[in-house]
Amino acid sequence: MRLKSKDILGLEEMGADEIELILQTATSFKDILNRPIKKVPTLRGRSIVTLFYEASTRTRTSFETAAKIMSADTSSIAAATSSVVKGESLKDTVLTLQSMRPDVFIIRHSASGAPHFIAKLVPSSVINAGDGMHEHPSQGLLDMMTILENKGKLSGLTVAIVGDILHSRVARSDMWGLAKMGAKVRFVGPKTLIPPEAAKLPVEVYTNLEEGIKGADVVNVLRIQLERMKKGLFPSLREYSQLYGITNERLKAAKDDVIVLHPGPMNRGIEILPEVADSSCSMVTTQVTNGVAVRMALLYLLMGGSEDVTAS
Amino acid sequence: MSLLLKGGRMIDPSQGLDKVADLLIEDGKIAKIGENLNADETIDVSGKVVVPGLIDMHVHLREPGFEYKEDISTGSRAAAAGGFTAVACMPNTHPVTDCKSIVEAIRRRAEEVGLAKVYPIGAVTKELKGEEMAEIADMIEGGAVAFSDDAFPLENSGLMRRVMDYAGMFGVPLILHCEDTSLSDEGLMNEGITATTLGLKGIPRESEEVAIARNLMLARLTGCPVHIAHVSTRGSVEIIRRAKEAGVNVTCETCPQYFSLTDEAVKGYDTNAKVNPPLRTADDVAAIKEGLADGTIDVIATDHAPHAIEEKDCEFAVASSGMVGLETALGLVMTELVKPGVLSLTDAVEKMTATPAKVLRLESGSLQAGKAADITVIDPEAAWTVDPSKFHSRSKNTPLGGRKLVGKAVLTIVDGRVVAKNGEVMA
Repeated sequence: MRLKSKDILGLEEMGADEIELILQTATSFKDILNRPIKKVPTLRGRSIVTLFYEASTRTRTSFETAAKIMSADTSSIAAATSSVVKGESLKDTVLTLQSMRPDVFIIRHSASGAPHFIAKLVPSSVINAGDGMHEHPSQGLLDMMTILENKGKLSGLTVAIVGDILHSRVARSDMWGLAKMGAKVRFVGPKTLIPPEAAKLPVEVYTNLEEGIKGADVVNVLRIQLERMKKGLFPSLREYSQLYGITNERLKAAKDDVIVLHPGPMNRGIEILPEVADSSCSMVTTQVTNGVAVRMALLYLLMGGSEDVTAS
Repeated sequence: MSLLLKGGRMIDPSQGLDKVADLLIEDGKIAKIGENLNADETIDVSGKVVVPGLIDMHVHLREPGFEYKEDISTGSRAAAAGGFTAVACMPNTHPVTDCKSIVEAIRRRAEEVGLAKVYPIGAVTKELKGEEMAEIADMIEGGAVAFSDDAFPLENSGLMRRVMDYAGMFGVPLILHCEDTSLSDEGLMNEGITATTLGLKGIPRESEEVAIARNLMLARLTGCPVHIAHVSTRGSVEIIRRAKEAGVNVTCETCPQYFSLTDEAVKGYDTNAKVNPPLRTADDVAAIKEGLADGTIDVIATDHAPHAIEEKDCEFAVASSGMVGLETALGLVMTELVKPGVLSLTDAVEKMTATPAKVLRLESGSLQAGKAADITVIDPEAAWTVDPSKFHSRSKNTPLGGRKLVGKAVLTIVDGRVVAKNGEVMA
């Protein structure tokens, strides 16, 4: 089977069968990462543009690494160094880049829906690498891959996502993906950081951390940003940590074999204690590795690959 | 020179008229309504509805300053095509319509164009800055019919109170865009599950309702006549209903988008569905219809807000707010309100003629003998599909392209002259 759309814009509109295909394909590709020679010719002659309007280290490096392993050519444009500073509109920037005939655009933008806008403008594939507070599908997929590797399944698991759900595109992509695969998703955080009418989404909402992670198979800890405090959404990082910081003691409420995820970058000592971040239940570095595998799978499948990876 | 509209259903809420008759126009004025009349020229309007020229008391004509979006000529053409013989235009021009000379310049330009009567609304504060009061009395002298800081609501309650005290002396209405911007806080669409799913910051209904409640309390204190612009929520309707029962001197309007669309129109990040106040939910739409039916909502206006292509063909967050409405309003009123029985045809016409005329203290909005012959003829059965590319407005920003409507203006007459016929604008 193949992916239904030319673009990867979000997990909300993706089918469970497509998610399964991507995760399977990513698992096959992960082997390549463990080889001494990390290069396959699969995407030779393909051209990929990363267009990042927001700061990013890991996501961009991850996509570029994935592309390079598969022998694609990559160009990277960061908003600060492009003609964006000269006042060029997103539309004109994208149409200019499109004229250089890339096969895939990978875009991160602070405006929710910006990748959807671009996807309508260009015939190339568009991968959403994070749009505003909307979705970050490749992160959702790598989270699911990490859970699947550890638990052997997704269906029936309880996954608690803790922290700034309101501003989190990771939380939304995780929620859609996990819900489609039959997991139970919880949003846990202060009321000021829970999106309005979240209870209408396929989630359970908790403001109390202990209740929220009770019996959880997975706890996904989100990064808390200092600027949220300045906007008056909580009083201090100290109080946030007192109420929502993940400690070994608090994790006892979860299942014994709980795993902890964090999309990074971590604020050690605030939303996650070092004792947890460095423990055997932490999957933070595995997530990064799986991120490369998932992005290889996305590029491969978008460019017409099928589930039979070995045939390519 | 005389003109006869023959055999139409004459509906004039200003005089409780609803009968099939002929209407005779002489020298640009309505001469009489009767049977078997004759004139130099006769137009057969049998099967059609003849009403006072529609009045839209909330439009943005963008001139002076933003002629790339719309100007008085294109805006007048859109009005004529949509069946409106009069519009009141908001002061957020550049320079701001905050002094007599600009008010007069707008009126002069509109008279040159001659397709619709244009009534300027003056700014409440200089440059819409919410600091010093503009010269309200001088602007009234120049022809301003009402005052508003439209999309720049006065946050300062003390200033609002003084403005109401001052404007109240002259009996002119203050038209209030009610929004507590600390609650809307750079929101982009209605707060709720759709905004949460799209990852767009929401604007709670309370942003509108808190501001309406405050303004109605100040209206009660000062006795100033206030008109609440573009009511969009259930709570707003309820607050205004209670204030009216308590005797506050308040009228209000809603716009076709608030009884025809919900926030789900934003899905897919359709920037043409971005408007302020934002499109709300099905429950709010139901409440707006209830408010129209029980008379809480007095007026239907459009908030016609033209924007250029590049201001909408962009990321949702940076797109301008607003949609054009002059050429779809009547069709939406007929299709969404009259046909399903929310409003009788007479009540719908009243909210687009006699009532806005009364709020703005205009002579028009009536078919009484001696009045200027500003008349709209409606084909209530005409089925048509909204095609923005055919709009006369310079801007085409509407999320309603492709919508099937029933009912449209087939003849628009200003001072006895036919200015539009079947959507074609004369001259």
